Amino acid sequence: MKILVCISNVPDTTTKISFTNNNTAFNTAGVQFVINPFDEWYALVRALELKEAQGGNVTIIHVGTAESEPTIRKGLAIGADDAVRIDAEPNDAFAVAEQIAAFAKDKGFDLILAGKETISYNGSMVGAMLAELLNLPYVPMATKLDVTNNVATIEHDIDGGTEVVECALPLVIAANKGMAEARIPNMRGIMAARTKPLLQVSAITADKLTSITAFELAKGRTDCKFVDASTPEKLVELLHNEAKAI
Amino acid sequence: MSVLIYTEVSKGKVKKASLEAVNYGSRIATQLNMKATAVIIGDGDLSDLGKAGASKVLKINNEKLVNLDGQYLTAAIEQAAKAEDASIIIFSNDFTGKEIAPRLAARLKAGLVAGAVDNPVISGDSFTVKKNVFSGKAVAMYALHSEKKIISLLPNSFAVELKEGSAEIVDFAVNLDGINSPVKVKEVKKVSSDLNLADAELVVSAGRGMKGPENWGMIEDLAKVLGAATACSRPVADMDWRPHHEHVGQTGLAIRPDLYIAIGISGAIQHLAGVNGSKVMVVINSDKEAPFFKSADYGIVGDAFEIVPKLTEAIKKFKANQ
Ligand SMILES: Cc1cc2nc3c(=O)[nH]c(=O)nc-3n(C[C@H](O)[C@H](O)[C@H](O)COP(=O)(O)OP(=O)(O)OC[C@H]3O[C@@H](n4cnc5c(N)ncnc54)[C@H](O)[C@@H]3O)c2cc1C
Ligand SMILES: Nc1ncnc2c1ncn2[C@@H]1O[C@H](COP(=O)(O)O)[C@@H](O)[C@H]1O
Repeated sequence: MKILVCISNVPDTTTKISFTNNNTAFNTAGVQFVINPFDEWYALVRALELKEAQGGNVTIIHVGTAESEPTIRKGLAIGADDAVRIDAEPNDAFAVAEQIAAFAKDKGFDLILAGKETISYNGSMVGAMLAELLNLPYVPMATKLDVTNNVATIEHDIDGGTEVVECALPLVIAANKGMAEARIPNMRGIMAARTKPLLQVSAITADKLTSITAFELAKGRTDCKFVDASTPEKLVELLHNEAKAI
Repeated sequence: MSVLIYTEVSKGKVKKASLEAVNYGSRIATQLNMKATAVIIGDGDLSDLGKAGASKVLKINNEKLVNLDGQYLTAAIEQAAKAEDASIIIFSNDFTGKEIAPRLAARLKAGLVAGAVDNPVISGDSFTVKKNVFSGKAVAMYALHSEKKIISLLPNSFAVELKEGSAEIVDFAVNLDGINSPVKVKEVKKVSSDLNLADAELVVSAGRGMKGPENWGMIEDLAKVLGAATACSRPVADMDWRPHHEHVGQTGLAIRPDLYIAIGISGAIQHLAGVNGSKVMVVINSDKEAPFFKSADYGIVGDAFEIVPKLTEAIKKFKANQ
């Protein structure tokens, strides 16, 4: 089975966010970048498990600049066989999807996995766009994935519950929590990653349909008002009269 | 030209998130002097669509659409958009919206803002929309450069407004003959609760501070008197104290209710990422240094096992006097 896993490069979840250039650019100074958790813990690890059980090859693909190479190497250290970096600034979801589609379209991947969303721009867009560009089915929010005889069985979250679907390969799946357990790369993996193939591909001319013009930090809350533990009725009164929440 | 709004029915009525989207789309239509047309799959009492601002409703009934399959649905909405000469298409950023809006965007080469939290700012050729980024730690203004534009609205960003009004309802036939989706639905497991966490207005949530699943009775009692949905932190779902669909946060569901009551939850940044859009936050925690208090509007420091039953009683009394 040939599996492609799309990985994005995001600031670690605990990063303190700030902006530069008059609030038009994300300030990357001192920021620790990691593989987007959904891509790494669930999509990549499940891809590796499937390969280990059934044979095949796992390729990771990333659209980004040379600065994200440490992130790509981490993916190789966890166990991907090879990696592709398409050399473009990933600043529009559709353009990213076009880049990946242009690379993947004639490579015969059986399974293309993405994460549910990036924890940076929270788009939840690239996987679905990629499916559309490749004219493939797309199953989002997948919490379980199995493949037998070229048919994928997927459990995924839907409005108000879960659903089990079957779909003949190839298809695009977006991974949610539950699909696998995170793996920590071991020393051997880290050593091996140094020599695994990392193919650099030039970007195609893609359509940039959106751009960010300004950022703003989320408004903090005004100071917390404390109510004494012995008088919860006071909280009820505040919630009703002041906050108008009940 | 028109603004097309994708809507859904649930239990015979138009979904709340869909009505928010219709309100939103009709405001844009008014500003741009366009018509607001809703498109709906299935049947039910559709009168709220007119009251929310749609002047026309395209009703689609096609057996291929019963499972809201992405490939069929995208084609159906594309046909509706074409028939209505839609230049702007609105979705709710719910499960269907997250699947269909980007698919349709790629097909139409339309710029998409997924998870808009405010009305677009339109002046001359410039069209920008605000959305949350970095899991709620910041917001960004997105400019859309394409001729056709798609916006999916984050649920609970606006209260639904219904006014006098009615829409012309027409049956719209779609042609899905050329498409054959290989996706087959084998099983659907709906959560039995009547309250859907994703669009609940009031949420009572609890964490590892509750010590074990046997103590959730008091959390459920509090939720019940409030008419609230229940939620939990991630470790609680991981340890199977509570079902997985209740898990909120970065890796769980992101919610933005009017009121979020967090009990025995420390307030880790990954938890906050899923709840910091809540309008009012109440935190009950025995540790006065718990980080959650920094993000709370109201706090009670103390033992949840004592406070929660008392709070439930106080709310009961309050409700009785209403
Ligand atoms: C990449 C990543 C993603 C993550 N995603 C999520 C996510 O989506 N959602 C999520 O929730 N977490 C997530 N986490 C985990 C998160 O970092 C925290 O570990 C988790 O939220 C802690 O859960 P908790 O507050 O229930 O437990 P704890 O941190 O153990 O806190 C328990 C709290 O209960 C209080 N307490 C104890 N006894 C009582 C009592 N008797 N009365 C009142 N209060 C009491 C304690 O003071 C403490 O504050 C993620 C972590 C990572 C690294
Ligand atoms: N620059 C990128 N390179 C490769 N894959 C990406 C990139 N950006 C996003 N993805 C994939 O698309 C998923 C959804 O991203 P997003 O639509 O940005 O929320 C991610 O979880 C990744 O799997």
